[in-house]
Amino acid sequence: MKAPPFRYHAPRTLDEALSLLASLPGPRLLAGGQSLMPMLNFRLLAPEHVVDLNRVEGLSGIREAGGEIVFGAMTRQREIEFSPLVEARLPLLAEAIQWVGHRQTRNRGTLGGSLCHLDPSAEQPTVAMAMDATLAIVGPAGRRELPMRDFALDLMTPALDEGEILAEVRIRPWAPGHGWAFLEFARRHGDYAIVAVAVLLELDASARASRVSITLGGVAATPVRVPEAEARLLGSLIDAEAIADAAACCGAVDALGDPQVPAWYRQRLARTLAGRAIPAALARTAAHAAAGGTP
Amino acid sequence: MSSDEPVRAISVTVNGTVHRREVAERKNLADFLRQDLQLTGTHVGCEHGVCGACTVLVDGVSARGCLMLAVQADGCSVETVESLAGDAPGPSGLGPLQQAFRDRHALQCGFCTPGILMSLTELLRDDPAPDEHAVRLVLSGHLCRCTGYQNIVAAALQAASKAGGGS
Ligand code: FES
Ligand code: FES
Repeated sequence: MKAPPFRYHAPRTLDEALSLLASLPGPRLLAGGQSLMPMLNFRLLAPEHVVDLNRVEGLSGIREAGGEIVFGAMTRQREIEFSPLVEARLPLLAEAIQWVGHRQTRNRGTLGGSLCHLDPSAEQPTVAMAMDATLAIVGPAGRRELPMRDFALDLMTPALDEGEILAEVRIRPWAPGHGWAFLEFARRHGDYAIVAVAVLLELDASARASRVSITLGGVAATPVRVPEAEARLLGSLIDAEAIADAAACCGAVDALGDPQVPAWYRQRLARTLAGRAIPAALARTAAHAAAGGTP
Repeated sequence: MSSDEPVRAISVTVNGTVHRREVAERKNLADFLRQDLQLTGTHVGCEHGVCGACTVLVDGVSARGCLMLAVQADGCSVETVESLAGDAPGPSGLGPLQQAFRDRHALQCGFCTPGILMSLTELLRDDPAPDEHAVRLVLSGHLCRCTGYQNIVAAALQAASKAGGGS
């Protein structure tokens, strides 16, 4: 269908965007449009006003500052995909971005748009959760910062108040030599994941895990960390038994079910994918590679 | 479109020609190309970003024409399938990629073809000698209900090898 009528606004500055949000009734922010535009075309939404962020200056770009990689919220997935900085410092994100939609949608879709849309099975929120991203939000009351776990409140419900805009996403890279893996299962490449798994690992000198992050996307209402699985690996040698135990923890997470994908199927997928992603991350750790690649 | 529909003046370069129009704020780029500029080569299928029929190049990169408002293209340069043909009339006027589609029977009904041609145009500009995997990744953003894709892959590879002069 065609989008319902609305008034369109294209602010040039963040201040202008904020004052539009404060003064207009029922505004909707338009970022890359790869989720909002379909919802408008389906008439799932009929906002009176659409405030387009695409021409707001200073809202996009990738830079390094204070040991973190800083993304303007309007940074397009294409920029992330081709960023040497992301490839070198955030290999998990570099791997995950390949799973986001298609070339034609990554050219416009944005990191901030995906985090605010907060589809439970989207890749970028899963990475943000896995890496404890910090989100900088601006609004009528000024600027505040939230960790991703406090931002993702519930199904497609970000912790954004009326009149607020996500401005920046900051991710602190893991130590050089860490291992990473992002795996997902979808019916076709480019579809939303049925289940996605993100794993990050650091090993100490004795090849025991000194830092672990294991995150599931698509399983629950928001991406979730699996603390039981992380605890099982932390301080341990990552052998077959440890991997199987941690994967079993992933398969025990409370899962959403729907007529096409029942909860037990998501749990089975979570277990299987975690069982593959953990050894894949291990194989990429520098310590593991230096030891000749045998577990 | 009702007469009190909010409109906005835009200037868009399409296939090298500057067009100034007043356009309804809610109108998507694909509909603008088709209805306002009569460039009906760009097709509209699903209108929610899945089928790829509406794909055009905006400032050199592929985008879904149904997921972008015409007003967002203000000041942009848009390329559509109409830009691919040469000047000569008839089949000899086909561009190399279009000729490869003809040679390899890479279309049947042709509904998906304009979008696929634009995505492949982007691919071949970035990478004049893509392998089959790269071609299939780009095609994953398009649905074709007729061909089964094999002939589209063959046509893309033929166009690539002609352009690159390689094997
Ligand atoms: S009409 Fe735009 S993707 Fe289908
Ligand atoms: S040729 Fe008919 S849909 Fe592709």
